[in-house]
Amino acid sequence: MDSYLEVVIFVAAGFLFVPVTMLVGKLLRPHRPYAEKLVTYECGEPSHGSAQIRYHARYYLFGLLFLVFDIETVFLYPWAVMVRHLGPIGLIEMVVFIAVLVVGLVYAWCKGVLEWV
Amino acid sequence: MSIVSSLNALVGSLPGFWSPLVSALIKVLLVLAFVFGNEIMLIWLERKVCGRFQRRKGPMYVGRPEGWLQSIPDVVKLLAKEDIIPARADRWLFVLAPMVIMVPAVALFVVIPFGRGWVPRDLNIGILYLVALGSFTILSLFMAGWGSGNKWSTLGAMRAVAMLLGYEVPLALSLVGVAMVAGSLSLVDIVHAQERAWFVLLQPIGFLVFLVAAAAELNRTPFDLAEAEQELVAGYQVEYSGMRWAMFFVAEYASLMAISAIAATCFFGGWLGPFASGPWWFLAKLYFFIFLFMWVRWTFPRIRIDHMMELGWKFLLPVALLNIVLTGIGLAIWG
Repeated sequence: MDSYLEVVIFVAAGFLFVPVTMLVGKLLRPHRPYAEKLVTYECGEPSHGSAQIRYHARYYLFGLLFLVFDIETVFLYPWAVMVRHLGPIGLIEMVVFIAVLVVGLVYAWCKGVLEWV
Repeated sequence: MSIVSSLNALVGSLPGFWSPLVSALIKVLLVLAFVFGNEIMLIWLERKVCGRFQRRKGPMYVGRPEGWLQSIPDVVKLLAKEDIIPARADRWLFVLAPMVIMVPAVALFVVIPFGRGWVPRDLNIGILYLVALGSFTILSLFMAGWGSGNKWSTLGAMRAVAMLLGYEVPLALSLVGVAMVAGSLSLVDIVHAQERAWFVLLQPIGFLVFLVAAAAELNRTPFDLAEAEQELVAGYQVEYSGMRWAMFFVAEYASLMAISAIAATCFFGGWLGPFASGPWWFLAKLYFFIFLFMWVRWTFPRIRIDHMMELGWKFLLPVALLNIVLTGIGLAIWG
């Protein structure tokens, strides 16, 4: 665990950087809010309706495809490190694995899932 | 090197528990000083580069020659601006988003080797760590966009997520080839593996895929669809102002440095040079890539979202997979 101490410290430094800067800024900046100033910006028009709008179902399809290929990368990394030691059999196995996923990609492509219109 | 070794000796003499903690704190301070010191210059450099590309002069007055101190009055101005949180915003998300975006921007530098032995911590999962941490930026962008309670910023956030789906997989896959040739995920090992030839020569396809996907990860033109000033006013950051807005800006430039550093380390041999290897080579390559990304930004127009998705899914992804297979075959024959 000792080797991850730096990671913890760096993450904490990044996270605390903003509040510390905002605290310094508090000494310099004015604070005079009023209702018109806090209104949502919509190019000068009065805003109506909620901003949490509905969005298209294709996000879901792309999300599913992304999940599959992102997990594939997680499998590829340990294999990539060991590929020299695994020999030709290891290479063939991974090519088969990639080919199976490519078949899935081609199917999605043919079905028009990859069209973003 | 003598400074580093005497610092090491000093820290090593501290009692048990404190020594790693103090050394980590010194490292984080050094890295922060490096990143923010360079960033002040980068913001000025971007404005100069932009100006020259558009046949203007850019900032000229604060600091002579060439207005090189311009960023400092800008920071003071931003610090003195009122902090506005819109009434419709989700307060928690709105305040947390800039804090979250700074985390990957700073923590990416943990595994970057600045020179021989000059690395905050050489993790054996280096590349995996970079890819995992790099995708955290999107979490922050979505928090900012959704939490602002503004239609423009919601659209910007949705676009940012759509883009991530397109470029993240090719980005991760392009670095698999590097890991295969080097036989390690640690960035120090990767640099050592490039002593005979830089990986840009062994992995030209992987390098090109990485370059395009990294430009998309940076959210800069031609891939700044999430900001898109002309269509979404400023996307996820519409409602941010003053120092809170500046944090997105600071994080963007820190990421620009981090991505350029990854490119220099994984494909251009890090601190290794044809002669007199050392941190100066790393710095020169870092600035080469930073200039390259600025050049791209001020040269190309923004691409459309459907073209972006097509580029990611129909071109970069198959090419990146092909690169892995080719690298495997190459290793089997010559490795």
